[in-house]
Amino acid sequence: MSDSLTTKFIEISGVEQTFKTRKGLFPALRDIHLTVAKGEFVALIGHSGCGKSTLLNLIAGLTTPTQGVLLCANREIAGPGPERAVVFQNDSLLPWLTCYENVYLAVERVFGAGSKTVGAPSENKAQLKARTDAALALVGLSAAALKRPGEISGGMKQRVGIARALAMEPKVLLMDEPFGALDALTRAKLQDELLEIVARTQSTVVMVTHDVDEAVLLSDKIVMMTNGPAATIGEILKVNLPRPRNRVLLAEDRQYVQYRKAVIDFLYTRQAHVEKTAA
Amino acid sequence: MVSAVFHGPFEAPTPSATVPAAAPSTSKSIAASDPTTPGSVPIDMKINAHGTPPAPAIDWRGAARDIWAAVLPPVMGLALLIGLWAIVSTVTKGSIPSPLDTGKQALDVFADPFYRKGPNDQGVGWNVLMSLERVAVGFGLAALVGIPAGFAIGRFHFLSRMLNPLISLLRPVSPLAWLPIGLLVFKGANPAAIWTIFICSIWPMIINTAVGVQRVPQDYMNVARVLNLSEWKILTKILFPSVLPYMLTGVRLAVGTAWLVIVAAEMLTGGVGIGFWVWDEWNNLNVKNIIIAIFVIGIVGLLLEYALVKIATAFTFEEVKS
Repeated sequence: MSDSLTTKFIEISGVEQTFKTRKGLFPALRDIHLTVAKGEFVALIGHSGCGKSTLLNLIAGLTTPTQGVLLCANREIAGPGPERAVVFQNDSLLPWLTCYENVYLAVERVFGAGSKTVGAPSENKAQLKARTDAALALVGLSAAALKRPGEISGGMKQRVGIARALAMEPKVLLMDEPFGALDALTRAKLQDELLEIVARTQSTVVMVTHDVDEAVLLSDKIVMMTNGPAATIGEILKVNLPRPRNRVLLAEDRQYVQYRKAVIDFLYTRQAHVEKTAA
Repeated sequence: MVSAVFHGPFEAPTPSATVPAAAPSTSKSIAASDPTTPGSVPIDMKINAHGTPPAPAIDWRGAARDIWAAVLPPVMGLALLIGLWAIVSTVTKGSIPSPLDTGKQALDVFADPFYRKGPNDQGVGWNVLMSLERVAVGFGLAALVGIPAGFAIGRFHFLSRMLNPLISLLRPVSPLAWLPIGLLVFKGANPAAIWTIFICSIWPMIINTAVGVQRVPQDYMNVARVLNLSEWKILTKILFPSVLPYMLTGVRLAVGTAWLVIVAAEMLTGGVGIGFWVWDEWNNLNVKNIIIAIFVIGIVGLLLEYALVKIATAFTFEEVKS
């Protein structure tokens, strides 16, 4: 049981997602089979409109599949919950709360009085404050704790979003193109930070991305998806690069270049994007 | 639906906002662009030759120009109104009193605004206060009912489907059409007037609050779902702050309508109040006082609107505005 849990922490079998639109039924995903092991970093990559965010939302429980089953730690995913924290594409911070309050809201829900966590006693205010401070310190934002999201840069906002997700100590961290809206330099910096944080916290991560380098640099497993409609998993690539990984050293690593080429080959040769499917 | 955006009269081109951009800031451009003050050019050059900054002497002129540019257009607007009024007064051979006569009368009226000589003869101050009180009570009750109703309608699709036809049906009805029902049910003029205010100010608050709740960004609601927040936390941390600007727009529209309606309602119900005062002065054929009342109603309405716009902008976050 515990052995199957470590290799099949998230188990997706036969999942199909169809959306009702004005033009009738739109098949977004079909025949998805995927397992994610505990502590594994999985990247979902594909052209826009291929349903990778749809798949992430299914794992988050924000939507329910038309067919098939999703399991997390052997329990069916019936709805969203704090054990599967989501870092959204746009930071999704509440603009009327300070960075501290944004993180505290999550911490309070998971560890504070009235939390639904079974077995764990609810923590007092000092403990909750310590958790919040620790989460902000983890992403290097202690100094900006009392600022509102409108007063900090896009990269900082995204870091608060990550801090909020990590502070919940989730079983799974789900990230929907977390760095997509950032400039290349900020993105690289946050990727390095994320690598470090994930190594420290041993988190299980599923991340949607459209950036080949990001996928190869960060993940243990790259899930490449075919074009929609009715997208499915085209190929799964295991990335056996040793950790900790260094982007500068990897840039000339033969293995890294091969992984990179494999993903590019899949995306641009075999799944060359058909514009009409983009919507 | 009702547009839920802030555009008060005070937000549109305010003089202070437009003037600095238009006013020349450098001393040279003033001297060059101002042919009416030829003397300024040599002075300017002399000061520069001595190496002292020319700013202070010239800035006074600039400030004067700023004030002039800020004050001139509204003064001209007011002059246009008074001019037209004077013309109408002459053409009608004084049946509409002239601005001067009305001004003199106004001095009398405002010399003692809080006198009381029996129920039907009270100062203009009492009349305005009584009207404001009716508006406050009617409007307050409407807010107590309308804002929670708006939240419920915005939050629950079923309620929205259930109540939208009713709102669409009742909203276009003139509030004064409800006055007889109020008189019948409450058997008194004052509660009937309050009831009329209630009915006319409730719609903008329900509709704007509901629209605000429906327009809460899905991202925020997703955050709430992932965090599994309680309905109370959703209400206080997410719904209320993001709906607040819409709600305040509703409040503003409601107060505006209420102030419009109270005059008409009081004309019909009598008692003490600015609307009744207008009607009473009409019966006395005291046209000067009617004109004074029109100004008073306008100014009070303006102040109400101004206060609410100020409150609304104070509670609006940049992210929400965009």
